[in-house]
Amino acid sequence: MAASRKLTRRQLLQGTAAAGALGMLGRLDWVGEAWGASDKVTMGFIFVGPRDDYGYNQAHFEGKSAVAKLDWVKAFDEEKVPETVEVQKTMESMIKQSGAQVLFPTSFGYFDPHILKVAPQHPNVLFLHCGGLYQAGKHPKNVGSYFGYIDEAQYVAGIVAGGMSKSGKLGFVAAKPIPQVLRNINNYTLGARSVRPNCTTNVIFTGDWSLPVREAEATNSLVDQGIDVITCHVDSPKVVMTTCEARGISCTGYHCNQAKLAPRGYLTGAEWNWAKVYMDYAEMIRKGQKVPNLVRGGFKEGLVRVSAYNEVVTEAVRKQADAAKAKFMSGEMVVYKGPIKDNTGRVVIAAGKEHVQTDIWLESMDWLVEGVIGSTKS
Amino acid sequence: MPKSLHRALEPFLIIVGSLSVSMVLFGAFVAAAGANPFEVYQTMYRAAFGTLFSWQNTLIRAAPLMLTALCTALPGYLGLITIGGEGAVVIGGLLAAIAALTMPTAPPMIVLVTMALVGMVAGGIWLTIGGALRHYRAVNETISSLLLNYIAIALLNHLVTGTFRDPESLNHPSTHHIGEANMLGLIPGTDLHWGLVFGVVACILTWFLMHHTVFGFASQIAGGNVRAAQIAGLPVGRLILIVCFVAGAAGGLAGMLEVAAIHGRANDTLNANYGYAGILVAFVARNNPLAIMPVAVLLGGIRASSGLLQRVHELPDATVLVMQGIIFLVILFSETLYGRFSRFQKQGVS
Repeated sequence: MAASRKLTRRQLLQGTAAAGALGMLGRLDWVGEAWGASDKVTMGFIFVGPRDDYGYNQAHFEGKSAVAKLDWVKAFDEEKVPETVEVQKTMESMIKQSGAQVLFPTSFGYFDPHILKVAPQHPNVLFLHCGGLYQAGKHPKNVGSYFGYIDEAQYVAGIVAGGMSKSGKLGFVAAKPIPQVLRNINNYTLGARSVRPNCTTNVIFTGDWSLPVREAEATNSLVDQGIDVITCHVDSPKVVMTTCEARGISCTGYHCNQAKLAPRGYLTGAEWNWAKVYMDYAEMIRKGQKVPNLVRGGFKEGLVRVSAYNEVVTEAVRKQADAAKAKFMSGEMVVYKGPIKDNTGRVVIAAGKEHVQTDIWLESMDWLVEGVIGSTKS
Repeated sequence: MPKSLHRALEPFLIIVGSLSVSMVLFGAFVAAAGANPFEVYQTMYRAAFGTLFSWQNTLIRAAPLMLTALCTALPGYLGLITIGGEGAVVIGGLLAAIAALTMPTAPPMIVLVTMALVGMVAGGIWLTIGGALRHYRAVNETISSLLLNYIAIALLNHLVTGTFRDPESLNHPSTHHIGEANMLGLIPGTDLHWGLVFGVVACILTWFLMHHTVFGFASQIAGGNVRAAQIAGLPVGRLILIVCFVAGAAGGLAGMLEVAAIHGRANDTLNANYGYAGILVAFVARNNPLAIMPVAVLLGGIRASSGLLQRVHELPDATVLVMQGIIFLVILFSETLYGRFSRFQKQGVS
């Protein structure tokens, strides 16, 4: 017993010394809650998934990388931040430990309750959220939101898909039957049917934003049904695209450019153009201008785009797609123009009635347009 | 030196040694990834424990892990390997939110107590299903508890997109809000919610239960040798069910806290992998509820440091997962060291 007692004392001393050294290590390098000392615009980006997911998060990361190239911008980011209290801590850490002046928490679920809780405590920091949820009067003034009408790009992609399909049967792998997703499915189908009226879209809901195995199963089952062009709305289209390529059918992408994953079958894709949004914000902040609380837009405002067409896309189809794009650019395109029936035969938009892109009615969409095979209940 | 301290020295030194080896291995990994390991450790320390903010950042991440670690640790005393913490969190949070929504006029204190009880009972029953299947039908509890997680998540998604959906929650299906007045506040003077206190209390209480009561003693006997326990007349089935219930209750409480202290609603964010992180904590703590507390803080600190690592060293988030993985493996290997150092063995009497 005596031996072990001696040993303990020595180890206790060593332990104390080590702990003390570690403590000093921390103090030496302490960074205060100071703002970035230079006149740089300091921007922090927060992603819910990996930066290189070939999807939602990569689209934002590409935007961040573009704005980070400006020499008067300091930009940093964090990936895979869950929509829990952890994102609140990430935001606070970016402000307190890295001096962020403007934050871009990019996932939809970061807004309520997380941004709404942190923003009032840091009135000098801007919180710009991707999702279009800002409501004047209800939310803090240093909060803003931005979102793109990517369904416009899905409409154009739908034209390409409908035009290039041999069977006239398209497929859509979707995460959840929520308005944003339904709007993409409907636009895709309406686009396809504008050039090929008897075209159909089979939709499969996987149930969540990132379920690679189920996405592959859904894609395979669509291919087995004779479908020959597939698109998707999930966080990372990677699995859907590679599965389509392996099965020898065509696909159209989503979020960002996936041509690399499916060089043969990738016809085109609906992409975000966040670089434009982030550059604009950075410029406004640099000049000291008031940043608008709500930024929304589609093709015309440069927030969305379609991937370069694959060389297999025929001239005739390109022309039809470009014509639709031009109409979006000029602002004369109205996708939701009556008469439109849903896929149960109910008239949802009467003849002569139209809902323009900014119409709030479209934000609560809970129906699938005629030509879609599937149900929002699935 | 007191006997109890002497007994604790062996596991303590082995764990500290394992963590040191892990740090060396992780340092080599970081160096291979092109960063200076000393700077990386310095950043990690600053991000996790260097300032008051860092400490709060670490502790807030540690709080749910203390509770979910109990989901794996307690059944461990009976020799069960349960990984159903995630399901207990999800079901506990979901039913706690639903309970709050059924009593819109009750005073906040009543609502919170009801939520906690409902969450704990729900989580408890969820894990007990796995325990009962094990005892009565000899179904492997690891598999059944894992599968029950998927059922819990599916049930959550089904109910928040259907029956209990707030029609206002268009693009993020959730239940209605339980009401700001019913939210659990912060510990005064800090940025931490009460979950941390619940976690610490739960760890201490369950440690007392397992180490200082007849019930805990009986559980350990049953865990050591079921046949011997049965021959001694111990009610093994009842022990399994009760321990699983208590373990699940801890997970359910973690889910209730997510709803009552953070989100105010039940939705898919309940499925935030706290249950799975808890398994790691329980393994590293060798199922001891007292050891769970520092291990949860360590893991919380590692998670908290990920942000600064990404910003300062431009390392990917996966870096901290590699670190967790290395720690986990080294600790598992270190299990083979117990009993190998004669210094720690009882001398003289056998």
